[in-house]
Order: sequence, then structure tokens, then C-alpha cells
Amino acid sequence: MIETVVSVGLPIDENLNIKKKRVTPARPLDGSEKRISVVTGIHGDELEGQYVCYQLLKRLNDNIEKLNGIVDIYPAMNPLGIDSITRGIPGFDLDMNRIFPGNSDGSMTEYIASKIIEDISGSAACVDIHASNIYLREIPQIRINEISYKTLVPLAKFLNVDFIWVHSAATVLESTLAYSLNDIGVPTLVVEMGVGMRITKEYCDQLVDGIFCLMKELGIWTGETITPKKPIISVDKNVSFINAVAAGIFVPEVDHWKNVKKNEIIGNIVNPLSGNVVDKILSPVDGIVFTLREYPVVDEGSLIARILEYTPEETQ
Amino acid sequence: MIKKTIFELKSLYRENMRIKGYQFGDGEKTVCILGATRGNEIQQVYICSQLVNTLKLLEEQGKITDGKSIMVIPSINSYSMNTQKRFWPTDNTDINRMFPGYYLGETTQRIASGVFEQINSYKYGIQFASFYIPGIFTPHVRMLKTSYENTETAKDFGLPYIMLRTPKPYDTTTLNYNWQLWGTQAFSLYTHETDRIDEESALQAQDAVLNFLDKNGIIDYKRHRGYISEVFENSDLVTVKPHNSGMFMSVRNVNEHVHKGDVLAKIIHSFEGNVIEEIKSPVDGTVFFAHSSNLCNEHSLLFRILPDGKIKY
Repeated sequence: MIETVVSVGLPIDENLNIKKKRVTPARPLDGSEKRISVVTGIHGDELEGQYVCYQLLKRLNDNIEKLNGIVDIYPAMNPLGIDSITRGIPGFDLDMNRIFPGNSDGSMTEYIASKIIEDISGSAACVDIHASNIYLREIPQIRINEISYKTLVPLAKFLNVDFIWVHSAATVLESTLAYSLNDIGVPTLVVEMGVGMRITKEYCDQLVDGIFCLMKELGIWTGETITPKKPIISVDKNVSFINAVAAGIFVPEVDHWKNVKKNEIIGNIVNPLSGNVVDKILSPVDGIVFTLREYPVVDEGSLIARILEYTPEETQ
Repeated sequence: MIKKTIFELKSLYRENMRIKGYQFGDGEKTVCILGATRGNEIQQVYICSQLVNTLKLLEEQGKITDGKSIMVIPSINSYSMNTQKRFWPTDNTDINRMFPGYYLGETTQRIASGVFEQINSYKYGIQFASFYIPGIFTPHVRMLKTSYENTETAKDFGLPYIMLRTPKPYDTTTLNYNWQLWGTQAFSLYTHETDRIDEESALQAQDAVLNFLDKNGIIDYKRHRGYISEVFENSDLVTVKPHNSGMFMSVRNVNEHVHKGDVLAKIIHSFEGNVIEEIKSPVDGTVFFAHSSNLCNEHSLLFRILPDGKIKY
């Protein structure tokens, strides 16, 4: 069943509709069913979640008899953004992931945000799928605010990702969808993977397997599942950031999600006008490149890579 | 006047972005005045340019108090202004969501850090700000309630209103918020326009700043003294939204007093031309904010009315 979560009139003969697909068991509902919500498309340039939603629905439809709970799939939280290749909400240039929990008496965007929260409220879990941005490629990972560590890490382990990054709390992040949902008791896992404006099928399939594992753990799914990957769980102090020291064109010399040794080359920033190498970028640590710049043009400060440093146990 | 480059960013193909400051007077870092942080804040740059012009004359006339210095920074984002983008050209990030900045961070964090390092020790900070929704404000001073805010000093601008607002999470990375945390008395000034110059309200803003500087003993400038400011909280404002989308035709302007039931605007069917909704004031009060686009969505924030009797002091 496709339902409209919120609808708002636009000036010229159109409504902005945020829709969801609700999948229910083949048997009649008895009211005891748990519900999982899978949301994506808050940022209009992040498309990996589109393929995840499609695959998730396909597998559910093909095996509906094994469904024992409710699955709500929201593929386009920011439909105008997806349609117009705009990261934020078109017309306002506003980051939709900075307006939650919204306000039903507020402006249009705040109203929409409040209706989304209202609709997801009551879910046993929520998976919020992001796809980095057009600049950076990410391995499949879950990002967890340290204040939700105890609740979310046990659930995150089911999602079949490579990496769980427990990051420090920042006040500015309190206006995200995930924070607002966790705050009202809906455990919400933020997935980051792939790169903006593209679909990485391998990562999407990996996450879909993980969502089925999580649904099985919650009692929503009774079918077969894989054994999820054992993710690396890390905190901020083990993550090294590499930012461009100068403007230029970044040309990588390593592959994404590969090991590097300290002082091994990550890539070069070159100047096509002068023919010079502006900066030779070396790894500051032994570790794994889990974020790598995809978009070649860099300013001073642009993020080039994030490297997860080996801890002594992992090195052994 | 001393012209300084307070921060410089190199680019691959463009000239370096030079953030320029104009210093008047000498001595204690007394006031920093900042214009555009975003590429469409043309009015904000214009007001600063007029202030630079006036302060230059006042300095030549010896009217800047000994031992006090004033810094005017018209724009910290000329790259976006020259490409007609509101946010940073390469990654669309907002410099005014990056304070206090991080000198080893991403580009806009570095710009924020480089600027903030230069301006975080002033006694007073004045920023000409803008709103994300297209609309016109009654000129006012806006202050975040951080427990450091000082509304008595804000009255020295002589603008009609001072609005207090409880910070939301996304405010914690703005310049105003961080100025206050670092001990600067920070004020955001809102005028009528953003992406075009409105000379009347620009002049009012310029006069407001000059009044402020005079009343605080920083310059000698005796002109029109402005208003006795009235203070209220953001939550006191009554929001008026439409039930329909369509063409928006306003019939009342900001700063007008309206009565409950007065028609403020009409919503016209965008294809058929008939009036589909009359937007009426729910209270007696003064129009504080008015939507300015000719198109409106359902639930758009069309007006914000300050009800009579809501002035705190």
C-alpha cells in the first residue's frame, strides 16, 4: 500500500507529496506486529538508498509469506531535491537534515518535518540511509552519536556494514532526523555509504542483506538471512583526517577501502596550468582508507581522505 | 583608515579571495562590524560600504574617540557573491554555520576560523544578517538568549524593535552565538532587503550603527536619535500561514498596524485568476515580517505579527 505521509500545495498546480510504501504480512494483522522504517533521500543528491529501497521491496514482495511485521519504506524524503539534483530543499537552499523535529505550526519545511516524525514515531527501529555527497566516497558504515552508543551499537552490528563510527556529540546535530527519532525512543541508525549522484550496487546489496538481518532480530522477518559481517567499531580518536593544503586537482594513488602504511602516498594535488605537483599527500598513520575524495577539484581545506588507524589489537 | 587583508584563500584558477577589513581609530578593539557571509547579501555589503565611507570622513574630522578602534568587514564571501551563489561555490556550505571554525578543517571552517581569530576579541560585534525565507522585516536588532545578551546596550541602536530568540541547535555554529560565547556583545541587524539594495532601510541601518557608536563613546555623531526600542521575544510573534498555495498578492506592508480580521493578502489561483483565499490578521498588532515572493506554498510563512501588548520593556 502506498500512502501519502504529508502533502503540501505548491504555487503552480502541483502538490509536494512525501510517500511511503507499507508492506504488511500476508496474514491478517493482530496488532502485535513490530514496525521498521527505512528512510532515504533527505539529501536530494544522495541516491544509493534508491536502489536499497527497490531491492528491499523486491525481496519482500517475492517472499511476503516470511514477513511477520510491518515495513515502512520512505524512498524520497526530499522529492523536489531528488528531482532537481539539489542536495537541500529547492527554493530555500535549506539542509532538510537540520530542521527536525520540526513544528506543525511552523513554516512549510518545519511542518513537513513534524509530519515525518509523527509518521515514523512508534517504529521499533529506523534505518536512515545516506550516500555521502558528490565529493567523497564512503565504505558502508554506520555513524552513531556517542550518547546513543549503548542502544544503537548492538542493533548496528546486524546491518552488515564494515565500520561503525561512534562520533562525539555536537549540539548542531540535534536537529537531524536521527537525533530527533532517537530522542523520542525510535532507535535510528544512520548509514553512510558510496558517493553522491551514483549507485554502488555492491554496497546497496550488502546493506539490504543487513536490513533483513536486523528485521530478523526484531522478529519482523522469518526467512533466511546471511551472517552479518563483523564491523570495526571505532571512536573519533582513531580516525585521521587529511585535508588539502592547497587548491588544485586531486589525483588519487590508492584504492578506496585499502590498507596504507604510514608515509605511503594517498595521491597528488596537481596544477594543470603550471604542470606542477602542488602537494604530495602521504598517510599520517598505518590504517585503512575508509573515505576517499571522488570529486577532483579541491580548495585549501577540502577533505581528501579519512583513515581509520589500526589499534594495537588490530595490528596484531 | 587602515585597509587590511585579514584572511586570504588561494584558488586554482581564480584570484585569491581576500577578506578585507577597514580599521578606523586606534587602540582598544572596540567594535567589529561585519556585512555579508553569504553570496546574496548585497544589502549587507552596501550598508558596510556606506559605513566605511562615513567613518572615513568622521576620522578625517577627528571624531573618532582616542584609544578606540572600529573594524568594518564588508564581506567574508566574495567568491560566492561573484558567482551569484548564496553558499560556498564548490561545496554549497554556509560560512555562517561554521563558527568558531577550525583552522585544519574544511575550506569554510578555515575561513570561519581565520576570520574569527581576527574578530573574537572585540567588545562589540555587529552583523548585518539575512533570513532564509524571502521576505521583508521591520528593521530590528536580533539577539540570541545565551544569558550573555545585553538588551539595554542594544537599545543604543535606536531601531524600533529588539527581538530575543532562544537558540536552536543550528544556531550554535553562527557568528552571533560564538561572538557571545567568546565575550563579545553581539547584535544582528535586520533590514528590509537582502539580494537588492533598499536605500531607505540601508540608511536607517547605517544611522543605527552610528548612533550606537556615538552613545557608547566611540565616535562623535549627533544626528537623528532613532526610536526608543521595544523588546519582545520571537515566541511572542503570531505566524500567519495560508491554507492554499498560489499567487501571493500582499495588501499590507511591514510596520503597519493591523486589526484582527483585516485582510493582509490574497491568494490567487495560479491558472484561473480567482481569489481562493483572503489572508486575515488573527490579532491586533504590527506587521513585523512579510513574505515577498509572488508565489506561495501551502503552510508558507506569510506574515509574522507582533500583537499589541507584547512588548516586554
